[in-house]
Amino acid sequence: MHEFALAESVVRATLQTAESEGMTAVTRVVVQVGELQQIKKDVFEFALKQVHSDDPRLADTVLVVEIVPARFSCRVCEHGFTLAETGEHDADAKEAIHFVPELAHAFMRCPACGSPDFEVAEGRGVGIASIEGERPDA
Amino acid sequence: MLDPRRAAVDARLEGVKRIVAVTGGKGGIGKSFVSSALALASARAGRATGLLDLDFTSPSDHVILGFETGFPTEEFGIDPADHHGIRCMSIAHFAGDAPVPMRGDDVTNALLELLAITRWKELDLLVIDMPPGIGDAALDAMRLLGRAEYVVVAGSSRVVLESVRRTVRLLQDVRVPILGIVENMRRKEDDGVRRLAEAQGLPVLGTVDFDETLEDALGDLDRLAATTAVRSLAAALLPVVFPAGR
Repeated sequence: MHEFALAESVVRATLQTAESEGMTAVTRVVVQVGELQQIKKDVFEFALKQVHSDDPRLADTVLVVEIVPARFSCRVCEHGFTLAETGEHDADAKEAIHFVPELAHAFMRCPACGSPDFEVAEGRGVGIASIEGERPDA
Repeated sequence: MLDPRRAAVDARLEGVKRIVAVTGGKGGIGKSFVSSALALASARAGRATGLLDLDFTSPSDHVILGFETGFPTEEFGIDPADHHGIRCMSIAHFAGDAPVPMRGDDVTNALLELLAITRWKELDLLVIDMPPGIGDAALDAMRLLGRAEYVVVAGSSRVVLESVRRTVRLLQDVRVPILGIVENMRRKEDDGVRRLAEAQGLPVLGTVDFDETLEDALGDLDRLAATTAVRSLAAALLPVVFPAGR
């Protein structure tokens, strides 16, 4: 599952940060998931729990997954639009964008002028908004 | 915002013994052919081989080797499609024949995403068909593929040599290892590539004469492997990539 690959990335990045910041325990991680990537939140949360289970620093971590609505801006006509405004897409297009969100440029168009040259201003993919933890000297 | 994908890239490549990136700095110089031919020769030599096409504008390794571009299998990430012993990954697997117009940040994101989700598992060799030019895509690939060693494809035309010279200088400036130069599509005796290589302190790994039979062999692995061009490349590159005892 793609959600597992992304969850594994989140856990690796969290542990790297814990290491560099000298954390003995990670208490809270906030992960933001862009609407464009169409990640299944329940599968992603399940995957996060599965892949972090064996590191003691993550034993009591509270994971918060937030969905960020996608917002686009056309570089040609400057029209701002949402994912819903790009219309219905077939299963292959959705699947491709799920794996590599930049494939939106292959399958989606600006609803105002029809251009594929648009910016994904918000809600692209997966990012870690914050990592909180405990340090021995704190 | 911390990007979690960067942490995954090195882990995805952990099981790969050697990464060879084929570059040249100019479209049409034969990077895709050299990449595909190296992957084919490596697989036929019994080595576990992967091929990653990073040309997002004009992916063509699937045309050269004749692999299907349907969705790869998912298994805790993306499992590259196995094509007669070559594990292949290309943007064409997702986009089919649709153009994918991307600007700088999009290119960086697409590259990171592909590298973060593709599970190469155990490979003796991963061949990277580098993006043309020295823009965002090529620079990002150099930055993210820290272990890659480079083969530079050149031709004797002065137009090509000018571009190759710049590419070699960039590779030297960013301090990545260069295995050497391959002269591709040679039509007549000329020492331009040899002189360029000497001036840059690099070996010429081999020369591939222009092969008129190549076009008709595209997509057919047995016919491709039998062409003079592929056999010349195999003879030039396999001893470098797999020296005796490795």
